[in-house]
Formats: sequence, C-alpha cells, structure tokens
Amino acid sequence: MYYNVLKILKEGLNDNKGWKKTWQNPEIKKKYDVIIIGGGGHGLATAFYLAKEFKIKNIAVLEKNWIGGGNVGRNTTIIRSNYLLNENEAFYEFSLKLWETLENQINYNAMVSQRGVLNVFHSDAQRDSFVRRGNSMIINGADAELFDVDKIKSIYPFLDYDNARFPIKGGLFQKRGGSVRHDAVAWGYAHAADELGVDIIQNCEVTGFKIKSGTCIGVETNKGDILANKIGCAVAGSSSVLMSKANMNLPLESHVLQAFVSESLKPFIPGVITFGAGHFYISQSDKGGLVFGGDIDGYNSYAQRGGMDMLEDVCEGGLALMPTIGKARLLRMWGGIMDMSMDGSPIIDKTHIKGLYLNAGWCYGGFKATPASGWCFAHLLAKGASHSLSENFQLDRFKNGYMIDEKGQGAQPNLH
Amino acid sequence: MIIDHPLLGPRDASEFIYLGDASLLNRPKWDEEKSEDNFYKYLYLRENVAGMHKELWFHQQGDRSWLVISRNTVTHEIFKVELATEFKKNMGKSND
Repeated sequence: MYYNVLKILKEGLNDNKGWKKTWQNPEIKKKYDVIIIGGGGHGLATAFYLAKEFKIKNIAVLEKNWIGGGNVGRNTTIIRSNYLLNENEAFYEFSLKLWETLENQINYNAMVSQRGVLNVFHSDAQRDSFVRRGNSMIINGADAELFDVDKIKSIYPFLDYDNARFPIKGGLFQKRGGSVRHDAVAWGYAHAADELGVDIIQNCEVTGFKIKSGTCIGVETNKGDILANKIGCAVAGSSSVLMSKANMNLPLESHVLQAFVSESLKPFIPGVITFGAGHFYISQSDKGGLVFGGDIDGYNSYAQRGGMDMLEDVCEGGLALMPTIGKARLLRMWGGIMDMSMDGSPIIDKTHIKGLYLNAGWCYGGFKATPASGWCFAHLLAKGASHSLSENFQLDRFKNGYMIDEKGQGAQPNLH
Repeated sequence: MIIDHPLLGPRDASEFIYLGDASLLNRPKWDEEKSEDNFYKYLYLRENVAGMHKELWFHQQGDRSWLVISRNTVTHEIFKVELATEFKKNMGKSND
C-alpha cells in the first residue's frame, strides 16, 4: 500500500475504512535466502536495503517480541554525525545522509527533523578538543560550526551562563543533526520491507542455530526450524545470549541505559543540547515533552530498568545546564539494554561459522546508525564482503590490535 | 541496589564502582605458549550472561575494598557478597 496525500483525502471521505495493515502477518516458509534475527531498527533496515538495494528476494526478519518494542523504541531519538575518528565519522555521516532521504525511500513519515545538535563546552581545553572534532567532521564531509557564547545566547537564552563551576565558553554545533520519531523508524522500515516481500515474523524467538560441519544452515525457533543460506544477527543487548547458542563469547557487556520524558511543555528548546561537564543530553519532542538522558548505570544488566541514583545524576547535570527545567515533572522513564563493546565502536562482520553474520556492539549510539548499519550489513550479507565504510568494524580487531577507541578508555565497556 | 558489605553491612550501590566479570581475577600466565591468545580472551571476551553473574565491585566511597558479588543480571537480585581476597583464596590461587 502506497501512502500519499490523495490516499489520505480519499480515506478521509471513506471513513478510513480502506487502510490495510502496515505490514502483513505471513506464514513462515521452510527456507529463506537470508534470515535476519532481530526486528529492531537495524534488523528491519538490513532487510529493507537487502531487498531494495541488493535485490535479494526471499528474506525473513524474526522478532521474539513485537516490532518497535526493543531499543528502537527506547532511545532519545537523536541523529548526528559528530565523531572524531575517521572510521566512525565517515560511517555516521553516511548514516546522516541516509536519514535525510529516508522518508521518501520508505514512503513513511518518520518526522526527521534537522533541528541542530549543540555540544556546549566549559573550558579552554575542552574547546580545543571540540575544535579538533569539528575539523575531523568537516574533513569527512559533515558540517560543523564553532559557536561563541553570544551566538549560543541568541539561540538558547535559557542556559545557565553564569554557573560558577561550569561556565559555558562556547559550543560545537551540527546543523544537520536533530531528531527522528523512533517508533516511526521501526514501523516505516517494516512497512517498506513488507512492501518488497520481506516476511516479518513476530513472536518468533530463536532458540538455537543449526550448524553442520562449520556452516550455519538455519535456526531453531519456538515456531519450528527454519533453513536459510545466510543468517544475520542484529539483536543489540541480547547479542551475547544469542551468540552463546553458537558457542561464541563476544567482546561485549550488556548494560542498562535509562531515558526520561517530562510532562508536555510549550516549545522552548530548539534542537538537541548536550552538557559538556557531565553526561546529559536533551531535546523537546513534537508533543512538548522534554526527552533527556545521561550515562549508563554501569553494571551488567538485562533488566530494561535502572536505578534512582542514575536518575539523580542525570537531573543534576540537567539542572547545572538549564535550571529552568527544574519545575518540570517527570512523566515516564525506561531502560534499554545496550551492547557495550570493548572499544566503544560497533561490529559488522562475518563470524568463524560460515553463513553466520553479526551486527552488534552499538553501545548507546545505535539509533542514529540505523540506516547505515542496515545498509552496510545488507552489503555484507549480499556480497559476502564488507562495505568500505564498515570494513574496520571487524569482530577480530581486538585480537589484531585495530581498536576504534573514540574516547581512549581501553577495554572497559562502562566507560565508553 | 543495596550491597551487603561483609565488613560494613548494607551499603547503597552508588558508593561502589563496577569493574566487570570476576573472571578478571584469573589473570593468565605471560610465559605460556598460548599466552597471546589467552590474554586476548582474558581482556576482551566476556560470557555476559543473562542470569547469575559473579562480578567485581570496588567500594570507592567506603573502605576501598574489592568485593565479588553474585548477582542476577535479569532481576538485579544479589545472592552473595564476598571480599575479593577471600574469594581468591577459596579459588586456591595465591595473591600475586
């Protein structure tokens, strides 16, 4: 079903009775060319680009719960490409470019809003490091601007400029960054993939892999065995649990990251703002709620909920940056399970088992990567070789010493 | 989470710093044939279980002792808290 203005007018006159399901509920086939495990943003994007760009037919996406119930619906919806290292920056800039044309590609309104991302800094040393990052962004074809305090004051008058401990000295601004409605990303990719004949199978949990003499030939699920030529795993925080069924230990720890939404307020925050002296980022949704978050709780967790000490830490950061939000009441909070890798960068690679591919290690930056992750993973699955933008995201880089450690923290996942 | 410190009694988890899987106490020997591979596995690979997990916590805002905590990573329920020194002794290894 193709969505357009005429269709909306027609259905408006027709009591909205003609709409079909956004995606179907197909029967499971016995065998597929490619099975994607995980119906989150990355899995659905992979299936969509496999069908659209790489012309693979006969694809299934297996989701153990429902579409949009995992991390794709549990983030703070920010898109940006403001990384320092070339291996990351080129990839995330490609992702941002895909976001810019996403809605036409998938024929779905994902409310992509390039309202700008501002990272404020508070010291001379931090300014130098942000300038360096901005230059790295520009070298890789992204946009970056350095804002002085007057410029920031003119756009964001509500920040605390006179904070004695953390005075605002300026900011690194990316105009093309912004936010996207995260649920619509899941629904849109699912809709577009379904239109291209991808079978989206919900409530289908993979319980094991069928491995025959070093080759993965299918999966075991709660709905029976399904065979496939290639199997791609994109299950984020559950990656270690899933891959342990193939006797693999991954360079990952699963951690919980919380996000928070306030009651609806009149629009006053243009774009995304991040605090440079703590871990705090905030934007305002189209419904008016303040959407904000901070650091991971810092210990292994599969609970999808975190502790109050992190809520306190996040709110302290928020109040140091913009005391004006202190009177807003918190409406909702939730946790998502992050696949924290040992160097803070992702993995898009084949495994030592033939036919079994892995997409994981997104830490808490997976949402913005959704389109590029899907594209590069689809490239790997279709052609058997890495896309040039993801060729550094190898699984064995930890063994070979080619870490992509954006923060320089070493093999300590809760610091990335 | 409340951590029942074996010396100090119940303390809030926010006083502690988390290091990770208690298998980090099993540092491989450097002079073995497979030591390169062993150190790769030791440093970078984790079981990352959903369920019972033995893990290292440091009481930074307290007595600065290292603890080994047995905790369920799905429910956050804590079953056992031991001093890391005691834990290591019981592993039958010396403190080197």
